[in-house]
Amino acid sequence: MGERKQGEKLRMLKIDILRFDPHDPDDVPHIDTFEIQEAHGMTLFVALNEIREHHDNSLKFDFVCRAGICGSCSMLVNGKPTLACRTLTKKLDSHITLAPLPLFELIGDLSINTGTWMRGMNERLETWIHDKEQELNVDKLEERMEPELADEIYELDRCIECGCCVAGCGTIQMRPDFAGAVGLNKIARYHLDPRDKRDDKDYYELVGDENGVFGCMTLLGCEDVCPKDLPLQSKIAYLRRMMLRTGLKG
Amino acid sequence: MKIIYTDVLIIGGGLAGLRVATGVKERGHDAVVLTLVPPKRSHSAAAQGGMQASLANCYMGEGDDEDVHFMDTIKGSDWGADQEVARMFTHCAPKAIRELAAWGVPWSRVDRGDHTAIINAKKVTITESDEAHGLITARDFGGTKKWRTCYTSDGTGHSMLYAMDNKAHEDKVEIHERLEAISLLHENGRCYGTIARNLMNGELVAYVSKATTIATGGYGRIYEISTNAIICQGMGQAIALETGVATLGNMEAIQFHPTAIVPVGILTTEGCRGDGGLLLDKDGYRFMPDYEPDKKELASRDVVSRRMTEHMRKGKGAKSHYGDHLWLDITILGREHIEKNLREVKEICENFLGIDPAEEWIPVRPTQHYSMGGIRTTYKGESQTLKGLYSCGEAACWDMHGFNRLGGNSVSETVVSGMLVSEYISDFCDAPESSVNIHSSTVEKFLKTEKEKIEALLTVENGEDAYVLRRAMEKIMMEKVGIFRNGNDLQKAVNELEVLYKRSKNIEVFRSKSRAANPALVNAYRTQRMLKVALTVAYGALLRTESRGAHSREDYPERDDANWLKRTITSWPDEEQTLPTVTYEDIPISKMEFPPGFRGYGKNLTIDHPETTIRQHTVDVIQEELEKEGASRFEIQNALMPFKHRLPEKYQNRNERLNEPLGEEDG
Repeated sequence: MGERKQGEKLRMLKIDILRFDPHDPDDVPHIDTFEIQEAHGMTLFVALNEIREHHDNSLKFDFVCRAGICGSCSMLVNGKPTLACRTLTKKLDSHITLAPLPLFELIGDLSINTGTWMRGMNERLETWIHDKEQELNVDKLEERMEPELADEIYELDRCIECGCCVAGCGTIQMRPDFAGAVGLNKIARYHLDPRDKRDDKDYYELVGDENGVFGCMTLLGCEDVCPKDLPLQSKIAYLRRMMLRTGLKG
Repeated sequence: MKIIYTDVLIIGGGLAGLRVATGVKERGHDAVVLTLVPPKRSHSAAAQGGMQASLANCYMGEGDDEDVHFMDTIKGSDWGADQEVARMFTHCAPKAIRELAAWGVPWSRVDRGDHTAIINAKKVTITESDEAHGLITARDFGGTKKWRTCYTSDGTGHSMLYAMDNKAHEDKVEIHERLEAISLLHENGRCYGTIARNLMNGELVAYVSKATTIATGGYGRIYEISTNAIICQGMGQAIALETGVATLGNMEAIQFHPTAIVPVGILTTEGCRGDGGLLLDKDGYRFMPDYEPDKKELASRDVVSRRMTEHMRKGKGAKSHYGDHLWLDITILGREHIEKNLREVKEICENFLGIDPAEEWIPVRPTQHYSMGGIRTTYKGESQTLKGLYSCGEAACWDMHGFNRLGGNSVSETVVSGMLVSEYISDFCDAPESSVNIHSSTVEKFLKTEKEKIEALLTVENGEDAYVLRRAMEKIMMEKVGIFRNGNDLQKAVNELEVLYKRSKNIEVFRSKSRAANPALVNAYRTQRMLKVALTVAYGALLRTESRGAHSREDYPERDDANWLKRTITSWPDEEQTLPTVTYEDIPISKMEFPPGFRGYGKNLTIDHPETTIRQHTVDVIQEELEKEGASRFEIQNALMPFKHRLPEKYQNRNERLNEPLGEEDG
């Protein structure tokens, strides 16, 4: 140790970007191609900013944390939904194709409005702790929780609402109101949480239909593209069993 | 003309802003949050290691309480903090964390029985009690006497922000995304809201409100390399400054975090060192014990960053394409620990460096991280000079961090200050003085002015390239207003920034002339504002001829309490001036609970204030007498520096701990 890996071969990158400005009546969706010199440790965050700064300052995209934490920069990289900020160019071919995530409202070029979609999903599934009985007294010791359970909840709480699972979902192409893996994972998260006093029936009301857990066709594109490696497959399966039980008890 | 009326306007949708919103909603006031990005994408999400709150649940936190947290915070601030504010903060931190626990944050919990931990590079066994099992646990952080930093793995900010935003959903807080406040509406020393620009379609909207809160975070992006999200550009501070009325405090107080990865400057949490990670040089040698034999890697952030820089200056840095750096070794913590408690760090190492931190060392370097300075407010979060304007969180300087913030105190501050300031704002909105008395023609005038400014920007020809100015500014800040500062460089920095600022009045928006979503236009007007903010930092640093906390002057190495126990106050009263106006505000020793002393790092280079010994004597006498009488720690504290009367009544009660149960009278 002590020496960093050096001497990686730097290439000329050719980046095709699907562009469209919905506010410009004269614009039509088209591909612009940019050529830039690769640099050491270059990510798509660096590459896109370089294009904006030196080639075309009208290029629209979204980065916030640029550290793979905030979920702003999801886009199609060579056709696959992923976070651009943490995609190293050296892991890609020298010819790269970028397009905005499908299914979300397009703001322009690679910039999409995930916020409105996610807000709608959260409001519909009421993704917050439901506990009306207990008056919170912040002076007193907090309620106890088993350490393993806290860890399990955190595991599901790691979702960053980037929208990759939505873009990778086959079901949602046919059912636009489908909650998506992001939504179902949240239900699994709150279901696991003893602080949320909703019972199985309450959850059934929310996701016990085709727009919820029974709509999933189990193509599992969601799990393939989730940048946080959430256990979406097993959680959807678990929810479905639970909902089936609740539904049959009816 | 589109005008939206609300009771409380909140600019910024991070932890602080959202907590203000839910607080005022609970008190029955309407709230609108304006945010550049969906709230869950705010920079609060990037806080990794944890939130300080003196719960004293875990074994290594035993004996902790508000007093210890307070002393750590004041020492950390190098006595620059407002001690009453720091008291309010440490008193309310346990309440804020318990509130968040109820709202769904899956805080990591105490697990009864034996656990192996790494302390000072040695394996030790820590035994957690049955009694504490299942309560919120904590880890060690720099500059703290106890393990006080509560966490959810190393995604603490993320979990807090998600719980907070979900709570805002539940409370039906109105959130207007991708709206940027570009100017504050104000008249006769009173703020009435903002003019905002919709970043998706370019529309300008006036928001008129009784109270306006700026919770937009810090201004780290005036530096070339920063751990901050790219939206942390100081726009909140800038629009406050541009009123000519509101003031900023301690803008030169900039924190550099010891361990950001090289070259991109992404943070690896202080939790790495808190959990036992070591700093190594190019020879794999652990150098921190040579400099700070007592606290070693866990000295305060400003100290560690300086020691690392010193060590690299001695030629001990490892070489890379992107300059020298040092190593952070967390391999000794073991894979299991890393994959459970440092998983964001692991992901970052894998994705950005292509290394496995359980096997390899992480290349790190001190990097701009936090803005202690911000909009100067009273303890209520209200601007001292512009009524109806509030600020909290990193955006503000109320001022609990002084010249150096402790790790774990920032997310803690966001929720505590949001909680408190929402109450003070609600009180204000309940009072008749809060009624909105601005004429609609005045609102129209503000709207028109902003519209014209944007049109003017779009019509400039043969002007300056905003990117060129911005990159020059970032470089000046890095090279001349960094970890170590000196008069020559600072003077050059101020001169050069002033030239850039003048040039920025002639920025041209090249090629991209769209009035709707237009990153070039945004960059143009933000660059103009960032230059103003940069000038407040550089100029404040030039004028402060002492070293205090993170402000370290090579030509003035002493902390000069005799002349500099004061806060820097910056304003920009005349639009035509090209340098900010700087004044000072005394920090009175006579009221301090904890008079200035030696922080315990390196040599004691303090130039004492004559009042320090007098006040210390008074404090000692009061303390001794009350102790003799058998007074409780609360009674002693109250005799030294009463603060509870400043708190909203609902937050005045004592905090329960395992060893401090609440009595009947406290319930």
